Amino acid sequence: MMNLRRRKIEERIFRFFMVTSTVIVLGSLLLIIGAVVVKSLPALKLSMITQTPKGGYYLGKEGGILNAIVGSLYLAGGATLLSFLLSLPIVVFLNVYAKKSSAFATWTRFSLDVLWGVPSIVYGAFGFIIMMFFGLRASLLAGIITVALLELPIMTRAMDEVVRLVPGSLKDASYSLGATKLETAFHVVVRQSLPGIMTAVLIALGRGIGDAASVIFTAGFTDNIPTSLLQPAATLPLAIFYQLGTPFPEVQQRAYASAAVLTLIILAISLGSRLLVGRFAKHRIK
Amino acid sequence: MRLLKDLLARRLMLFLTAVPGLLVFLMLLGLVQKSRAILALKSFSQLLFSSSWHPLRGEFGLFPFLMGTLWVTVAAMIIAVPISLLTAVYLSEYAPRFVREFAKPMVDLLAGIPSVVYGVWGVLMVVPFVGKTLAPLFGAYSSGYCVLSGGVVLAIMIFPTIIHVSLEVFSTVPNELREASLSLGATQWETVKHVVLRKGLQGITAAVVLGLSRAFGETIAVLMVVGNVPKLPQSIFDPAYPLPALIANNYGEMMSIPLYDSALMLAALVLLVVVLFFNLAARFILVRAERKAE
Repeated sequence: MMNLRRRKIEERIFRFFMVTSTVIVLGSLLLIIGAVVVKSLPALKLSMITQTPKGGYYLGKEGGILNAIVGSLYLAGGATLLSFLLSLPIVVFLNVYAKKSSAFATWTRFSLDVLWGVPSIVYGAFGFIIMMFFGLRASLLAGIITVALLELPIMTRAMDEVVRLVPGSLKDASYSLGATKLETAFHVVVRQSLPGIMTAVLIALGRGIGDAASVIFTAGFTDNIPTSLLQPAATLPLAIFYQLGTPFPEVQQRAYASAAVLTLIILAISLGSRLLVGRFAKHRIK
Repeated sequence: MRLLKDLLARRLMLFLTAVPGLLVFLMLLGLVQKSRAILALKSFSQLLFSSSWHPLRGEFGLFPFLMGTLWVTVAAMIIAVPISLLTAVYLSEYAPRFVREFAKPMVDLLAGIPSVVYGVWGVLMVVPFVGKTLAPLFGAYSSGYCVLSGGVVLAIMIFPTIIHVSLEVFSTVPNELREASLSLGATQWETVKHVVLRKGLQGITAAVVLGLSRAFGETIAVLMVVGNVPKLPQSIFDPAYPLPALIANNYGEMMSIPLYDSALMLAALVLLVVVLFFNLAARFILVRAERKAE
């Protein structure tokens, strides 16, 4: 009888720990978003997001972070596009052309998993080496290439997961109508997995916008909005980092506001991907 | 004509598909190439285990930075592993459906928050808390920018990785096993302890190792809260200077001091090799666990 009671108590104790842990995990999300938003309120003005930094901005003078917002969007947009142009063929090859158990496909998936784990600062260093190799200076282009490489494994693996689920019978039906593999790939397989592909692209975009360590070497920093691929570009994460690093409370407050802007962008992308999934699902054959 | 197009597309895609496999080697090759300048002058072990970091005198001892990374990573793992595993067990075995449906997107969202935002939050809340409340409580002096702050921020950043992989592992444990255990009169926790955790042990190990490798390479968030003093930390309230932070902080000066860039590239190489090792180990364990499950 005692034994049963002890077992029940053990059950209770661990249940308590589990609930507490879950509350800590979910609570930390709320705490992070909450703290950043609350702290940013005093500095959050419209001019923050509509103006580029004026002279002495980092000393507390007028201006905003439009340069960084636009720079980040250019950079992540370009990188996501480039990465997409690489990932889509890779995913199609892996799922339509390659044989199910081919060693090459297994090796590629494995490499992608490994690349996923490579820290972004290492991508930054590698991007820097590429830059030196081609004689580029820190620029939007160099940043785009680096971030595209960073996004590649994320996007490809996420796409692969959904494209894999397209039933073989659907492909067989297409082949039996005389379609080539290429036609089957784009008219059937890609269309069928369109919602998943969109989600993969948006996940990668979110990663690209938020990453700082990979662009610190490669994209440079500037107060202007870049007008060509060869100019340096400011990015939002670095703008936050530099503003927080100044000794002036007003500027630090703007760092909080910038962090809130970045968080909002990320939340919007994440929410957008959920909505888009619903809209693109209409092309699917159930 | 259509067949020709198909053939061309096939060739092109085959070529592109080879990219990821080659990229790993290219990275290693590029970093090795760049760090050769410094390796030609000093031996590898001399660089790794020397504590003397004086770039102007040409001394590039990486030891304090290695230890800094180690301290912060270990602190993060001690906090993150029990919390994430308990959460994963709760979500997979105990939680009612609506809690699970609600919690999963939240965990994904946590994974999506940019590291610089974690850093800002760390500066806002964790650093003052550790510096003003926690350190005096233990009778230590700390500015708050220390190993512990880095560990706390890092732990939260790797929650999603560990939770996500563990949830996947738990979902592969067949329900029949759980039912068998419960029908023998085991409590739910006993079922978890003896059936679910035991069956998923390898997968859990892999989840932890993946979290570890994430923590090892994280840069900006840690850099912002950890203090960046190139000395060996003596306690969790001391500042540290992890490897990734070293690389990120010094990109500006590295071209003006001889061999500095080479030393930083060596640091990146060390980071890459360690992370590759962890990742390979984790994947290896996961593949073996999958085979056993089938």
